[in-house]
Parts: sequence; structure tokens; C-alpha cells
Amino acid sequence: MAISNQESGFRTQEFVLNMGPQHPSTHGVYRAILTMDGEYVVDVENVVGYLHRGMEKIAEDRTYTQFIPYTDRMDYLAGILNNWGFVMTVEKAMGIEVPERAEYIRVITGELQRIASHLVMVASMALDLNGYTPWMYAFYDREKILDLFEMICGSRLTTSFMRVGGVPNDIPEGFIPKLEKFLAELPGRADDFDNVITGNEIFVGRTKGVGVLDAEAALSFGLTGPNLRASGVNFDLRKAQPYSVYDRFDFEVPLGENGDSFDRYNLRMLEIRQSARIIRQALDTIPEGDIMAKVPKVLKVPKGETYCHIEGSKGLLGFYLVSDGGTKPYRLHLHSPSFVNLGAYPKMAKGTVLQDAIASLASIDIVLGEVDR
Amino acid sequence: MENFFVNIAGLIRDLIAGFGLNETLVYLAMVIVKFVAVLVFVLLNVVVLVYMERRVAGFFQERLGPNRVGPQGTLQLVMDIFKLLSKEDIVPAGADKFVYKAAAYAIFVPTILVYMVIPFGKGMNVIDLNLGLFYILAISSVTTMIIFMAGWGSRNKYSLVGGMRAIAQMVSYEIPYVFSFLGVIMLTGSLKMSTIVEAQQGVWFIVLQPIAFIVFLIAGNAEINRGPFDLPEGEQELVAGYHTEYTAGRFAMFYMAEYANLLAMAAIGATVFLGGWQGPWLPGWLWFFIKMYALVFGQMWVRWTFPRIRVDHLMHLNWKVLLPVSLANIVVTGIGIKVYQMVRMMGWW
Repeated sequence: MAISNQESGFRTQEFVLNMGPQHPSTHGVYRAILTMDGEYVVDVENVVGYLHRGMEKIAEDRTYTQFIPYTDRMDYLAGILNNWGFVMTVEKAMGIEVPERAEYIRVITGELQRIASHLVMVASMALDLNGYTPWMYAFYDREKILDLFEMICGSRLTTSFMRVGGVPNDIPEGFIPKLEKFLAELPGRADDFDNVITGNEIFVGRTKGVGVLDAEAALSFGLTGPNLRASGVNFDLRKAQPYSVYDRFDFEVPLGENGDSFDRYNLRMLEIRQSARIIRQALDTIPEGDIMAKVPKVLKVPKGETYCHIEGSKGLLGFYLVSDGGTKPYRLHLHSPSFVNLGAYPKMAKGTVLQDAIASLASIDIVLGEVDR
Repeated sequence: MENFFVNIAGLIRDLIAGFGLNETLVYLAMVIVKFVAVLVFVLLNVVVLVYMERRVAGFFQERLGPNRVGPQGTLQLVMDIFKLLSKEDIVPAGADKFVYKAAAYAIFVPTILVYMVIPFGKGMNVIDLNLGLFYILAISSVTTMIIFMAGWGSRNKYSLVGGMRAIAQMVSYEIPYVFSFLGVIMLTGSLKMSTIVEAQQGVWFIVLQPIAFIVFLIAGNAEINRGPFDLPEGEQELVAGYHTEYTAGRFAMFYMAEYANLLAMAAIGATVFLGGWQGPWLPGWLWFFIKMYALVFGQMWVRWTFPRIRVDHLMHLNWKVLLPVSLANIVVTGIGIKVYQMVRMMGWW
């Protein structure tokens, strides 16, 4: 681009490229209106809402227990974490104390879900850069996690595992040996994955310095979760405001340096290993006892407002609940990390080439079910 | 066994001559027979290659690949082709209809023409042109134009960007691609494919020209638009690039042309660098086949391992790495030839 168009006397024209809602790498029905100058992206406009199902409105017509299955259809790659966020909000509003064993089971399944979600992220990031093989590698591991979920709650994707006051099922027979086997294999598998894609010259060349978001910009966009930590801000709810039993575990919060696509990708790889560490500790120290607290048959949340958030796999997952004292929420609002994170996308993609824009989009890890609710 | 196919050709020749035709007509008839033979060979190999690609991909990705239709899934592609041909043939309303349709037929032409000069064994080529290698380079560069026709004729922005990328990429990579052969041509002093093979009697050119071979592999991969250089297709960015709008039979043409090109590239590599039909014990054509498929496997290995390169890195690699390296290789080869000649002249060795 050294010679400007005036100097060469050659006229070029910008064109509008409609990326999505049907496009291989928009991760669902996200749509971006790109203004292109040849291969260069001049402007990006986010268009969302193609997967809007009115979840928040539906909540107003469902009892608290009935709404649990809806939550895992939001971020469908991290169903258990969404269940957890919702039931925790209701528990907080009702002041229910969850038994310890249930909390441990929640941590184990929640962290497994985080690994599964991060595996999808790194896999689809590789796939968006045309690395088919790493995609298959990661899905092979995710499959094992889904098998574990099937054992414990009978369902693989839409788990609906949590209940207000605890968890519905105790750890089944044979679950722990299978989990131990998975945990033993995971570090080797992660190293394999690193070998096949993370260290790849082309992959590094395409992601380093692409879609850079410094700490200040990341904070001003309201980014949370791995995307924020990739920019070097040390904020992880599990450490900053430990909920459940996270204060009992020893784990690190990996941080990125440059806030580019590579950091966002690599952070997930590091977090997978930390999550495995948490699960191992939880397995070692899990106490015996009840898995459900004493909760009334009909859940009635006292009148008032409650906000509660957890560290979801994509970022800070918050539920804002307004109750009029009845059996159904008066209003439920979801602070969905994917939606907030997507707001930073135009800034990342502007001025790069089309391929970089794709890499940036993959690196912020959006799930459209959660963006649109 | 060595002359199995040559003997068959001889039998057919005698058969045609038995009709009482004159010399020229027999020659022409033989060219047509050989052309059809090559066409069948290419199409059969495409079937094998697609199956092989999917199984190789499965092997690299810890899965099985097609294994249901027919024994070990060998009939999968046949079914796929049937399915493709039975689909509705859609021509987009806004498309430049002539260019759009012509591109789908034209895409196969340069690919098939390349095979005309390739020696599949001793005396096993359709025409042994004096300018064989030059002919291959000239013909295969036409593909650029056809891909652009497809991209332009579709009237689709994704296709257009794909077509533009194809032009930029294939024209650029043509240069190191041609230069990689130059060392070999300097060593043999001939462009004739059979002479090039015979010159490798003692030692293959991969030994004398290792750098040229690597440049050939990279630039050749870029020429046939396979991963990591599949930018014109660029599934993740451009949906399917230049053939986004193609359906049914027309899409099948592009699909098959991709594999035919892959095989052509491997055949050229086997002829120029790996000694063509030369080899001990086995018949020549079998050696050629083994070498060709070894190169194909290498290309598949690369494709299923590397992610796609970025468009500016692609140009960087071409102009700042491959081109200087291949030029340096030519200089070194030239000096080497002169030194060798001097040594021989002085009688030192």
C-alpha cells in the first residue's frame, strides 16, 4: 500500500461484504457488515439478534426450577456453568446454604465444563485458520468430558445438572476412575495439541500482534474472563471474590502480555491445565454428606432484587433477578460475557486483512446462543 | 512386465493399421487412443486420490474416514459423484452466464493437457515434445485465468476476492516454480521429458538439486492451491472462494480438477526430480507410480498439518524467500557445472 491511488492514477473502490449470518466462521448466526478495500477491512459493524429466543421474557412465565433447562441453552458450550450461575442467584436470594459435597460436585463438573468450553474455543480457533487436525484432536478430548457428563447427569450438551439447593445426582459408580484416567491423559494431550498447532510458524505468524487490545481498552469495553486476562489484567472471580469452595484450592490465574489473538488463544490452553489442577484437588478432598439442602417443594423467592455472578468460561456470567415474592421471577436479566466481548470486535478487526478479522473473531470466543439469548 | 503398456499400445496400433489406413491416420488415431487412455487414467486416479485424501486425513486426525460404502468405504466417492450429478444445477441470476459456465468446463482442460507429455514409463507418453517442460509450464499457467473466470463470472463478492487472490498468488508463485526447474534444465541441457529422465540414470536430481526440489514443493503446492496455500478457496474467510456459486456437476468439475492438478504436480515432481521411471527390480511404470504417490502423500501430510498462511505472508514468502533462494540455486548450479567441466577437462578426476 506504499503508492496511493492518486499517485498511480488507478481508481479503486471500497465494497461492502456481508459476512454472515450464514458463514463458515461466524460461529453461529452472527453477522458482520464489513467495508472492504480489497483484502483490507476498513469498517466493521456488528449485527446480532438472529438467535434471539426471548429467554429473559420466558423466565417471567416459568417457575425457578422450570427455568433451569433454559439456562444451558444460552451458552450451549458451557451448560453446567450457566445452570450454576442461575441456581446460585436463586440460592442467594432465598438464603439457602448448599451442602459441601454438592459444592464440590459443582466445582468438579463446572471445571470440566470450562475445559470442554475452552477446548471448543482452541479447536475452532485452529479451524478458522484452517487447521483441521487440531480441531479433531480437541474434540476427541471434549468427547470424553461429554461422556463423563452423560454418566453423571444423563445428558451431554444440555445438562440441566444443578438444582436450587444442590445437585440432583451424586457421583455415580465408575465416574471417578474414568475422570482420573482423563486427568492423567489431559496434560499429554494438551502438549500434543501445542505441538501440532500452538508452535506452528504459520499459526504464530497469523495470530501474534493480531486484534490487539491493551488493558485499558479491554477494561473500557467491559471485557471479562480470559479475554480480559489476555490483556494482562489480573481479574478472576474465583480468586477475586471466591464463591462456592474455590478459596480452598490452590491454582494460578494465567495472564497474557500483549492482548493479541495469540495470547487469548494461549490463555485458554493454560487455563485448561489450571482447571485440571482444581479438579484433582477437589477429587482428593471431596467430603461425604448430602448433595441437596433442605429446600421447600415450591420455591418462593422473597421480594427484592438479587445480583450474582460467577466466572463463566467466556467471562463474568451474571444474573440479575427481581422477585415480587411469587413462584416466578418478576424480571430476570443475564449479563452475558459473549455479548459484551463481541462489542470489542470492530475495534480489533478494523484496519486488518480479512483473514486477521476472522482470527480475531475466533479469539474472542463468542457463542451466539448467549449473545442473543 | 516392463513393456506391458507399450505392448498393448503396439497391439492397438497393429489393429488400427489392419483397417488399411495410411501412416498419418494411424498416428492420429494412436494419439486419440493414448489421449483417452490418459483421460481414463487421470479420472481413475482422482477417485483413488479423493479416497486416499479422506483416509489420510482420518489417519492424521485420529478417526477412520469413510468406511461404510463398499469395502472399507472405497465406493464413497462414486456415491458422492452420483449425488453431485443428481443435484439441481443452479446458475446465479446475476452471473455472467457464459463465463460462469465456460470456466467449469475449461478448468479440466489445462490439467489434462499437462499429462500429455509426462512419461509414465519408458516410451509411455502421448507425445514426447522437445519443449516438454516448457509446454507444461505454459499450459499450467492458463489455470490462473480459468479460476479468475470462475471468480469473476459468479458475480459474488466472495468469489471475486477468491479470484483476485488466485491471480496474485499463482502469478507470483509461477516465478520460483519455473526457476526451480532451471537448475535441472541446465544440468540436462534439454527440455524434453524423456531426456530429463534418462539423464537421471545414475543419480536423481533431488540429490544434485535439493534446494530446487524444496522450492518446487512449496511453489508447486501454491500453484495448485492446496493447503496451506489454499487462499483462493479460503473456506473460513471466503466460504468457498472462486467456486462458492457452483453446484452439482459444475462443482464436481472443480473438485476433480483439484485432485487432477495434485496428481499432475506429483507426476512432474517424480519425473524431474525423482528419476521418473528409473529404478531397480520393479517395472518402470510401477516405479513412476510409487514415486508419484509418495509425493502425493507428502502433499496431503502438509495439507492436514498446517493452517492457512496469511495473504501478505504469502507474498513475503514468495518474493523475499523463494525467489532469492531459487536464483542463488541457479548461480550455484552454473558455477558447479563450470567447475565440473574444468575438472574433467584438466583430467583431475
